[in-house]
Amino acid sequence: MAKIIVVTSGKGGVGKTTSSAAIGTGLAQRGHSTIIIDFDVGLRNLDLIMGCERRVVYDFVNVINEEATLNQAMIKDKRTDNLYILPASQTRDKDALTEESVAKVLEELKERFEYIICDSPAGIEKGAQMALLFADEAIVVTNPEVSSVRDSDRILGILQSKSLRAREGQEPVKEHLLITRYNPARVNAGEMLSVADVEDILAIPLLGVIPESQDVLKASNQGEPVILNSEAAAGQAYSDAVERLLGKAVEHRFVDEERPGFFKRLLGGRA
Amino acid sequence: MSIFNYFRTKRAPAASATTAKERLQVIVAHQRGQRNQPDYLPRMQQEILEVIRKYVPVDQEDVQVQVDDSDNCSVLELNVTLPG
Repeated sequence: MAKIIVVTSGKGGVGKTTSSAAIGTGLAQRGHSTIIIDFDVGLRNLDLIMGCERRVVYDFVNVINEEATLNQAMIKDKRTDNLYILPASQTRDKDALTEESVAKVLEELKERFEYIICDSPAGIEKGAQMALLFADEAIVVTNPEVSSVRDSDRILGILQSKSLRAREGQEPVKEHLLITRYNPARVNAGEMLSVADVEDILAIPLLGVIPESQDVLKASNQGEPVILNSEAAAGQAYSDAVERLLGKAVEHRFVDEERPGFFKRLLGGRA
Repeated sequence: MSIFNYFRTKRAPAASATTAKERLQVIVAHQRGQRNQPDYLPRMQQEILEVIRKYVPVDQEDVQVQVDDSDNCSVLELNVTLPG
């Protein structure tokens, strides 16, 4: 049975698209056929993060309007088998997506894929609500920072009231907390909310903690999901999160501060 | 961190994270209280306040409106603190 997973946050710029790309790639790497859909109509970015921006011909809205078939619009990832991307439209307005038309496309995708990752736009308006409407599970991406945590709580409220599962009184959407841009050194200095603080406030199960890392920007510069960089802490942390999503118990890494060695401290420089 | 920082006097860490957590706990609790309220409630509260103000001078925070859902009925609770 196909699973629809929305990656959402309320607040913008916390790493939804980075996380969608990484987790989608991770699921496909493990042999699960996966498609990542960009729901951010008008501001598409998933194609850039996945490095397929020059291969976009048709998009999600074209499929909705029956101007193109799914097969024409889906882009097969060149690096990872079993992985497809459905880009958002760049020009059209947000009203292009209606409940019926999105449902129809998702039904068709459910026949072909094990995992359907919906990369939500920021905000709590129609676009974000459409992305989470059909979700079976939700990954709530949160930075350890006041406005992000508050907005995550808002989006949890919307998941619990506006999703199809809530509306129809089915089993609720399974929620996962993904903390990104985590800096253990600043947490130890009392300057940043800790994992425990955020878990305490949002009270949903923790899927993963992605450390703040320069490799994330490098990966997006190159259009390569950061999970493909198995040397990078952020890449490893995403791999762990994917394992947990698949039901494995994996211990959390990168949560504690790595003490720099004597020479590094003496000479300065960044980790 | 470099050799220059090494000689700097260490200040006590400003635990701003603690402040952040406390502020969040308050605002999130408030947010959750409103989560199950119907959309018309803030507007209704405003109108009730205006009616009361015609007769008694009261402030916004002197009027508390709350909806409690139990099994098959909802109770609208209106709590007005009149100035003594």
